Parts: sequence; structure tokens; C-alpha cells
Amino acid sequence: MSIAPRKPPLQFALRLKRALGGKTGWNGLAAQIGFAAILAWIAYEIVANARTNLETQHIASGFGFLNYNAGFDVNQSLIAYNNSDTYWRVFFVGLLNTILVSVIGIVFATVIGFVVALCRLSPNWLLSRIGGIYVEIVRNLPVLFQILFWYLAVLAALPAPRQSISIFSTFFLNNRGLIVPLPVSEPGLYPFLVALVVGIVVALGLRHHARRALFQRGQMIRIWPYLLGCLLGLPLVSMLVFGWPLKFELPQLKGFNFAGGARVIPEFVALTVALSTYTAAFIAEIVRAGVMSVHKGQMEAGSSLGLSRAATLRLIVVPQAMRVIVPPLTSQYLNLTKNSSLAVAIGYPDLVSVFAGTAVSQTGQAIEIIAMTMGVYLLLSLTTSALMSVYGWRINRSMAA
Amino acid sequence: MAREREAITKQNVQRTTLKGLPMKRVSLAVLLAAVAALSVQSASAQTLKTVKDRGQLSCGVSQGLPGFSSPDDKGNWTGIDVDVCRAIAAVVLDDPTKVKFVPLSAKDRFTALQSGEIDVLSRNTTWTVSRDTSLGANFTGVTYYDGQGFMVKKSLKVNSALELNSASVCVQTGTTTEQNLADFFKGNNMKYEVIAFGSIDEAVKAYESGRCDVFTDDASGLYASRLKLANPADHIVLPEIISKEPLGPMVRHGDDQWFDIVKWTLFAMINAEELGITQKNVDTMLKSDKPEMKRVLGTDGNLGEQLGLTKDWVVRIVKAVGNYGETFERNVGTGSPLGIARGVNNLWNKGGIQYAPPIR
Repeated sequence: MSIAPRKPPLQFALRLKRALGGKTGWNGLAAQIGFAAILAWIAYEIVANARTNLETQHIASGFGFLNYNAGFDVNQSLIAYNNSDTYWRVFFVGLLNTILVSVIGIVFATVIGFVVALCRLSPNWLLSRIGGIYVEIVRNLPVLFQILFWYLAVLAALPAPRQSISIFSTFFLNNRGLIVPLPVSEPGLYPFLVALVVGIVVALGLRHHARRALFQRGQMIRIWPYLLGCLLGLPLVSMLVFGWPLKFELPQLKGFNFAGGARVIPEFVALTVALSTYTAAFIAEIVRAGVMSVHKGQMEAGSSLGLSRAATLRLIVVPQAMRVIVPPLTSQYLNLTKNSSLAVAIGYPDLVSVFAGTAVSQTGQAIEIIAMTMGVYLLLSLTTSALMSVYGWRINRSMAA
Repeated sequence: MAREREAITKQNVQRTTLKGLPMKRVSLAVLLAAVAALSVQSASAQTLKTVKDRGQLSCGVSQGLPGFSSPDDKGNWTGIDVDVCRAIAAVVLDDPTKVKFVPLSAKDRFTALQSGEIDVLSRNTTWTVSRDTSLGANFTGVTYYDGQGFMVKKSLKVNSALELNSASVCVQTGTTTEQNLADFFKGNNMKYEVIAFGSIDEAVKAYESGRCDVFTDDASGLYASRLKLANPADHIVLPEIISKEPLGPMVRHGDDQWFDIVKWTLFAMINAEELGITQKNVDTMLKSDKPEMKRVLGTDGNLGEQLGLTKDWVVRIVKAVGNYGETFERNVGTGSPLGIARGVNNLWNKGGIQYAPPIR
């Protein structure tokens, strides 16, 4: 019995088949094309259907409304805004408020989360129990409830403006928020900033030089007097020559409220506190899991080298744990950003409240506005993810090295 | 060679499983059905038919504004806006209880109407030109002539809205109120801080806790909200009315028959009051010989049928909720907890501006 030699298949065709159709070959490819076609058709139907419906009901569509006057006010804005600005500006006001609360919330949540995790991991009985109770209480209550709790608790505890708690007559605390002196720029500001930047650049250069000397030649250079001179001396000289960079405008009670000064509104405080304490409970568990994933031999190795417990954690355990911590930590950061949209419940003017709320009901253009808002959240989330990926990649690289 | 053959057999095996899998076909069928449903459902102009087929009217109301639309402890809805819904259900389905009330926040209400989630929006909504046009909806009349006012604590010793410079103001987001407020303070060169909440309850709670000096809303809403405060007597409504707020029901564009039905249900309530037809005397009025009475109550002519309803449509309305005056008195009038005088909401021939086109 002779076996007829089969013609070897074309390598290129085989590869193409594999690449396009996966293991199922040409059939798989056909199925994929069919599926993509169906998806495209559904998308087309949805868009066409929405467009027809909007037209038959004479609902305004398009993005022209963004250039119209918004006509309403917002109580916290990082950029100049008044009620005769456009919806575009409202969009940016809301966006910046969302970013502000997210970034500050993320910073606080991370710090609190790490502290609570270290408490839970502590051999101290009391500390670990306190950490455990914190996590179990905070993560098991709905976040909206916590936001309302912080808002109403903060408000109830604070006095009316006329009975403000005054701290050295410069800081005032009342149920309108925390009023602080507002820095106002003076002619000396720009020379001061230039001196500061120059000082920082020179200081960084010095540090680089010193590290190279240490690692390459084993030479220790004492640089701190020079650093001090750069960072403090230069700005001081600038102040002596050009005068004060800033003066502070003190808040004063006028009518119902304080005039002058800058103000942190209680809505912002309540939202930041609620979001960061809530997210911190999850972060604490993630950090604890990360630290526990590092073999305890590492801890023992650290102590056998004579490192203290804190130093072992900082130099050996936490860097290894970060590899496990970063991916779920990213999810928590994203959750915090998205949860910030609950702000509307307590009147904090975030993107959802002013743009996807007030602007929708004034213009009626729900589809456009919701699409824009969704796009923004997607962009914020993807940016956070990307940043965290870069961080994770750097950790992995340094581990491998 | 051997590896190659193995690969080929593997392919064959997978191909058969793919073909033999019934699940895939089922899910594809579901998908197609969904798409078909989507494309067929475009622009449902037949609201009357939809409501009749469903056997229930879907009516958008507030999340709880005493006098206009609010649920009691048993979940029964009452109020002027609610009575309009019940009247429509009475003429269309011959049963004022066949209404599904959909509580909506101010900012969600228009989207709910546009998307077809509700058949009619009867939720203390101000009639403005932009809402009548670009929202893709039509106002069908005015159930209540209102205006925006301010409520403050008596302890502030403020007597006029013009003394509110630098005040903090709590407001419900997604309302005309926000824009009126901006206009008023700008027009009078006064500074203020606005804190806009998602729902009226949250805004009132923040006002009560001292976050704001002022709570602003339509005057009727101020009286209604004041009832919810711990000590209503500690708060006053300032005399200034800074805007016109004609509140009325709304329907979607593109269904003129439904528009007519909702519009004329309200007009019939007002006409009934003008003719003196009440819930009590409607049966005796049916025997009346007056030509106008016979026309309105449907014992003569076919006006109801022209609307796509029945001849006795006005009788159904009055039996269900009474005439406009009865509804007003029961829900917001001097006999109710709100105790609001008829004022501009009285009939045109009694010193007010409520006026309905004639039924003929």
C-alpha cells in the first residue's frame, strides 16, 4: 500500500486563513463577516430609526445648541462663567468639576486605603480590628446613602454664616463652606515664579549629578546646602528685589454671607469625603490582598538582613505587591470617577448635574448630550486606565531588571 | 504530515459542532426579531389605539408635590395634575382608575415623553416657546396659572425679594426656575449663589438645614413644600412674583388626534364649571332641555365621536373628577391643606383668566 504524497499546502494561504478565521478557518471567517454585517445593520437601523422619530416629532437635533446661551448659574466653577455663557462653557465647567472631585477623591482614597490596609495587616490587635470594622461598615453601605449622610451631617454640624466659627479671623467655617483668604497676584509674582522654576531645575540637576557621582565613582557629595540655596534663596532674593508675590484678600461678613476670599463649598467636601472613604474601603482590601500575595519568606528575608518592619514593607514587600495591586486599583479609580455622577443628589455641579441634567431639560436634546457625556466618561476612564497601565508597566520592568 | 492531518481532523470536528449547534440559530432569530421590532416601532402616531389596546393610560407626574400630584400612604395619587390624567382615562377607557402614574424628576420628564414611556405629561410643567417647539411636544392648555416666588425663614427679617443680595438659593434642577432666577438677580444687579438639586425634596431638605437662605419655586410649589417643613409657620413666601408660569399637560408631536383629546378634556372641565355642571348634578343636567347643555353632555349631536371618543365624554369626565372648579377646590383651594385662593385661576367671567374655547 503506497501512500500518495499530498501536495503541501501553501504556507501563505494557511497563515492568512489562521489569522482571519482563527481555528475554524474559512468558515470562521465567514461567520465573522456575517456577524460584523449584522452588527453594522443593527447600528444603522438604530441610527436611522432615531433620526426618523426625531424628525416626525419635530424634536430639535444636531449640535448647534452648544453655541446658545445657557442662561443659568453654577455655584462652583474653575473657569470664569456667568449665565450669559454658552452651553459649551457649561460643558467645560461641569467637566472640570467632575475631574476636580475625581482627582482629589482618588488621592485621598489611595492614602486612606493604604493606611487602612496597613492597619488591617498590623500585628497590633486594636489596629487590625479598627481597620476591619472600617472596611466592613463602609463598603457595605450604599454610596448614595453615604453621600447624603456626609452632606446632611456636615450641614447639621455647622453654624449659620453670622455665627461662623472663626480661626484667627482669616479662616471661617459655616454651613456655606470653608472661607479662606484669596491669594491675589502682585507685580512681584512673575519674577518669583521664574526664580522658583530656575531653583527647581538647578536643584534637580544637582541631584542628578550627585547620584551619578555616587553610583559611578562611589563618591558622596554633600549637596543639601546648595539645594537649600536654590529652592529658598533664589525666591527670597526675588522677593527682596521685586516685592511680595501675593497678597491675601481677607473674607468679610456682608449681608447674608462673606464677601471676598475663596470658598470651598460643603457639597464638594461632602462628595469628596464620601467617595474617598467609600472607595478607600475597597482599596484597603486590594492592598491587603496584594501584600499577602507576597511570600512571607520575603518578610523574613528582610528581617534577617536587619531591616526594620517598616523598611521591609516599604523596600521589599510593597514594590512586589504593587504588581498585584495596580490592575484592581485602576478599577477602583474608575469606579470613583463614575460614582462622582451621584453629585446631583446633593447639588454639586458636576458634568451629569449641569450638562446631562439642566442642559438636557432646557434644550431637550437628550441624545446629543447623553452621547457627549458618555464619551467624556469613556475618555476619562480610558485616560486613567492608560496612566495606570504605564505605571504597572514600569513596575513590571523594574521587577524584571 | 501527521501534525497537519491532526489539524485537519480538528477542523472537521469543529465545523460539525458549529453547524450542529442550535443555540446559535435561536439567538440569531431573537436578534432579527429585535431589529424588526425596532424598525417597525418608528413614530407611533396612534396613541389613542395604543392606550386602548394596553387598557391603561401612562401618565407622567411629579415625584410628590402636594396639591398637584402626590401619593398618599396607600399609594393613591391625588392632585390637579392627577385629576387631568384620570379625566383622560375616563374618556378613553371609561375608568378613571386605569392610570399608571410614572413619577418623574424635572430633568427626566421630557425625555420620558419623547421616548414614548408616557402618553401624557401632566407634571406642573411651564408652557414656554422652546418647550413647545424644540422638545418635540405640544402643550394642551393651562391647568394652573402660576408664577415664581421665594420662600425665606422669618428669622432673616427679609420683606422683599429685592433684599436678597448675596443670598444662597436652593432650587430644583431642570426647571424654568433656574433661568428666571438668573434673570431676576442679574436684572436687579444682585449677587447670589445657586445650589441646584436633582429633586425638590433634596432642595427643600438643604434649605431647611440652613445651606440656603432662600428656596425658590413656583408659588404653588412653595406653599406645597412649606407644608412638608418641620415648622411651616417659621417660613414666609415673599410677595414678589418674578415670572409667568402657566402650567399644563404636554403630549408628543405627530399625533393630532391625541393632542385634541388631551386638550379638550381640560377644556371640557373648564366649560363644565362655566355651565354649572358638577359631579352631584350631572345626572339631572342630562335631562336638561337647554341646547347648549344637550350639546355638551352629548344627548344631542356627536361632538364626542368627532374627537374619536364617545358621545357622553363630558359626562364621564365630570363623574370621574368633577368640573375644573371642583378639582381646584379639592386639591389646592381654600378647602385643602394648601389653602390657595382661586385668584387668576378663577373663570374669566368671575375675575380670573381661566377661559376655554366653546364646545360646539
